[in-house]
Amino acid sequence: MKYIFQFAIISGITFVAEVLNILLPFPVPASIYGMVILFLLLCLKVIRPEQIQDAADFLLGIMPIFFISANVGLMKCFDVMDGATFGILFAASFVSTIVTLAVTALVSQAIIRIYRRRGKHE
Amino acid sequence: MNEVFGQSAFFGIGLSLTAYWFGCFLHKKTKLTIVNPMLVSMILIVAILLVAKIPYEVYDYGAHYISFFLTPATICFALPLYRQMQVLRKNVVAILAGVLCGCIAHALVLIGILTLAKVDHTLAVSLLSKSVTLAIASGLTEELGGSSVVIVIGVMVAGLTGAILGPGLLKLFRIREPEAQGLAIGTCSHALGTSKTYDMGEIQMATSSLAIVIAGLLTVLIAPLAAKLL
Repeated sequence: MKYIFQFAIISGITFVAEVLNILLPFPVPASIYGMVILFLLLCLKVIRPEQIQDAADFLLGIMPIFFISANVGLMKCFDVMDGATFGILFAASFVSTIVTLAVTALVSQAIIRIYRRRGKHE
Repeated sequence: MNEVFGQSAFFGIGLSLTAYWFGCFLHKKTKLTIVNPMLVSMILIVAILLVAKIPYEVYDYGAHYISFFLTPATICFALPLYRQMQVLRKNVVAILAGVLCGCIAHALVLIGILTLAKVDHTLAVSLLSKSVTLAIASGLTEELGGSSVVIVIGVMVAGLTGAILGPGLLKLFRIREPEAQGLAIGTCSHALGTSKTYDMGEIQMATSSLAIVIAGLLTVLIAPLAAKLL
């Protein structure tokens, strides 16, 4: 019962999000609309965290499973391009991902620490 | 045989779940980062499909039902976002500056590599939006005149790299602030990387999902500019 109610809430929000995605002309995916809607409903106290917590925890915990089909879909790209092209695109994607991770992490960590140090001196 | 398998959605569903379970089992036994359930399941399924000569479509007929839950699952990231609002509010500058620098670095590195490797313009512009969630990335790539196949490769490679190597790389770069860890994973590898933050902690989950949204917005602005430089 508890799970049914929780999943019903999440399904309802997903439905509204997908409708918005179809009706509005922006390149915003349904998942982002839904995230904003759920966040607002939580902030406005329309939904209490306990009312979706168990279902949300379950979905978030098994989330990697939802990507398997798309991951396996990578095998199809060899039908349309040769190995060398794939190699270059793979390398460019791989290296740029690592650089992005490093830059974001180092910049935000540096700023967090500057703020903390300043907070201590005051 | 393919016709029979193609009739039951539970071929794809069963294969996906079994392969992922096997990946988790191997990960537990070996305790190696590289033995990642996502990577193991992907290699295993591709190998089985190739050896048994089963087309991807037959597998995906069932497997795509599992992907239906991706949207509701991503929406649930609003919960850690709400619970960690204090932490987010305290770190507004770090969040915005970190994600912005990451997005700019992403565009510059790609421009550098793709120009040096003399990659065809159509292929090159397709990678510019690869660090954001697929729905935004494919729309953006279409607008820039890129290839829809290449963007899928880019998005998947970005996601898998962050999900599999992310935690190890953060340790290597000595990133100990949980906020910075989450931001980095969300900025470079969207929801796929963020799905991994469930094991790291709630602050990482919150900052990573926020980074998906901010990086998505910034990339919509930055990618068209970067495309002009290619």
